[in-house]
Amino acid sequence: MTRDRTQAVTQEAARPLTLAVVSAGLSTPSSTRLLADRLAEATRQRLADGGQGPVEVRVVELRDLATDIAHNLVTGFPGAELRAAVETVTGADALIAVTPVFAASYSGLFKSFFDILEPEALAGKPVLAAATGGTARHSLVLDHALRPLFGYLRALTVPTAVFAAPEDWGGTGDAFTGSLPGRVDRAAGELAALLAGRPATGGPSAAGPVAAGGAPGETGETGGTVRAADAGPSDPYDEASVVPFAQQLAALRP
Amino acid sequence: MQFGIFTVGDVTPDPTTGREPTEHERIKAMVTIALKAEEVGLDVFATGEHHNPPFVPSSPTTMLGWIAARTERLILSTSTTLITTNDPVKIAEDYAMLQHLADGRVDLMMGRGNTGPVYPWFGQDIRQGIPLAIENYALLHRLWREDVVDWEGRFRTPLQGFTSTPRPLDGVPPFVWHGSIRSPEIAEQAAYYGDGFFANNIFWPKEHFQKLIRLYRQRYAHYGHGTPEQAVVGLGGQVFMRRNSQDAVREFRPYFDNAPVYGHGPSLEEFTRETPLTVGSPQEVIEKTLTFRDSFGDYQRQLFLLDHAGLPLKTVLEQLDLLGEEVLPVLREEFAKNRPASVPEGPTHAARVAARDAAPAADGTAAAATPQEVTS
Repeated sequence: MTRDRTQAVTQEAARPLTLAVVSAGLSTPSSTRLLADRLAEATRQRLADGGQGPVEVRVVELRDLATDIAHNLVTGFPGAELRAAVETVTGADALIAVTPVFAASYSGLFKSFFDILEPEALAGKPVLAAATGGTARHSLVLDHALRPLFGYLRALTVPTAVFAAPEDWGGTGDAFTGSLPGRVDRAAGELAALLAGRPATGGPSAAGPVAAGGAPGETGETGGTVRAADAGPSDPYDEASVVPFAQQLAALRP
Repeated sequence: MQFGIFTVGDVTPDPTTGREPTEHERIKAMVTIALKAEEVGLDVFATGEHHNPPFVPSSPTTMLGWIAARTERLILSTSTTLITTNDPVKIAEDYAMLQHLADGRVDLMMGRGNTGPVYPWFGQDIRQGIPLAIENYALLHRLWREDVVDWEGRFRTPLQGFTSTPRPLDGVPPFVWHGSIRSPEIAEQAAYYGDGFFANNIFWPKEHFQKLIRLYRQRYAHYGHGTPEQAVVGLGGQVFMRRNSQDAVREFRPYFDNAPVYGHGPSLEEFTRETPLTVGSPQEVIEKTLTFRDSFGDYQRQLFLLDHAGLPLKTVLEQLDLLGEEVLPVLREEFAKNRPASVPEGPTHAARVAARDAAPAADGTAAAATPQEVTS
């Protein structure tokens, strides 16, 4: 235990940036996943261009977790696999979230995943939102559905959100609209700029160095540590974050 | 170490027959189960408190008073008493009365309740849940320990020169547990007063409850009530047994699949893997329950949920027979092994009276003093 901890702490300096990618596409192959991959690659490239990196990209395919997510809604707790996915997302330095448009909004699966996160879990985290749809007429879903969702979660959404309609995959843009690669690159640049300004050892709301995960299994293969979902910078069950009872009582004095 | 059962008091149709018991049948079943608990050698019966259908136990002290009159040994408790929406003055009175009638066989577990509309129905605001729990208990704590109380708070009419009657039996208030499944504030509250902390761990994976209980133990020690290992911990559990493991699984599955809380979700197999639920032979129940000590340390009270999800009374009584005959003797023996002498037993009135009487001779200070009493 002590050895693992020491090892993790000494490797902290070399910890790569982590980029979580949530894709809610349902088909295989999926254009939603395709867009997610383009966004992740563009972000990695932008960071590399700026001398940042390496970047560790961790993809969460919600389709594989669909049953677990439904179970969590029913039972109130995540199973082991879903728990790992939640930790991947909440522990990452930034998030790319991509959903298909269903019935004029994000898909129910996409929303359900964010429903099971703690309300504070994404606070301050840079997020790039993107969506795919059967027609470009759905593109305001980004502004009418995804931005309010991430606004509620107090995430830091980058200015450019990317929508990919079918014609985008074969189009070159026009006088009024950038091409899909152009918009992907712009959004990735914005996300990379947010990431570039932060220390490699801290998540968005980290008050200090990230606590090294105690279990060896929590150490990523590159040696970086993954923050446990509820053992983050302000673990409410850590003695250090308890509001002393006298203070709780005093706050109620009439 | 105390063993017992706790009941939610739900009226749920039996999914195998579609038959729903009447409220009268369910209430009578609950008290029958309580009497059976004493008969098979269990130590504790605890009832929930609810104020909405399909639950019947809205009036716990009425029910527990009835049981008290027909039992000799059983400790009567709650799971939980709504410290948020009940008037703490009425809790002080009701449970002191029950304590006298039951000759001290009473303790209670404070909880905030999980039904949103109950707050407005009782004139409260759910957003004030934690502050209500803190302020109301602070008042209750004083009402049982000070003969005349002047008090002013945020949520209740002030009291001037108020004496809650009857005074607690032998001058020793009922022991209090604080139940919570996720709030560090409540663990802190329990620790501050040196009260018990009950983690109803029946739905969630143990890792979460390990953190919650560790916090309570650390803070219990912080407030000078003893070592972390001496903090008073209670745990939930949920079992269904038949002598043959396969029979248990086959019989319980329809009840599990349609259970009000977790039904239509994960499979029985997934749920038993992730939570304390054990469906199988008495031996399997013994093995799983013994792992609780490994996960949470030596503890004081283990309560099992047996009568829910529409299980017929006859089946529940059979469960109690198995629990008493096959599980309990082994658990008592195994939990006693290697248990440090410094770890307290489950709280009883007699032991608390003895501790109170012994304390002044030992160090000249009152045993029941809490930091609050010292400073206020």
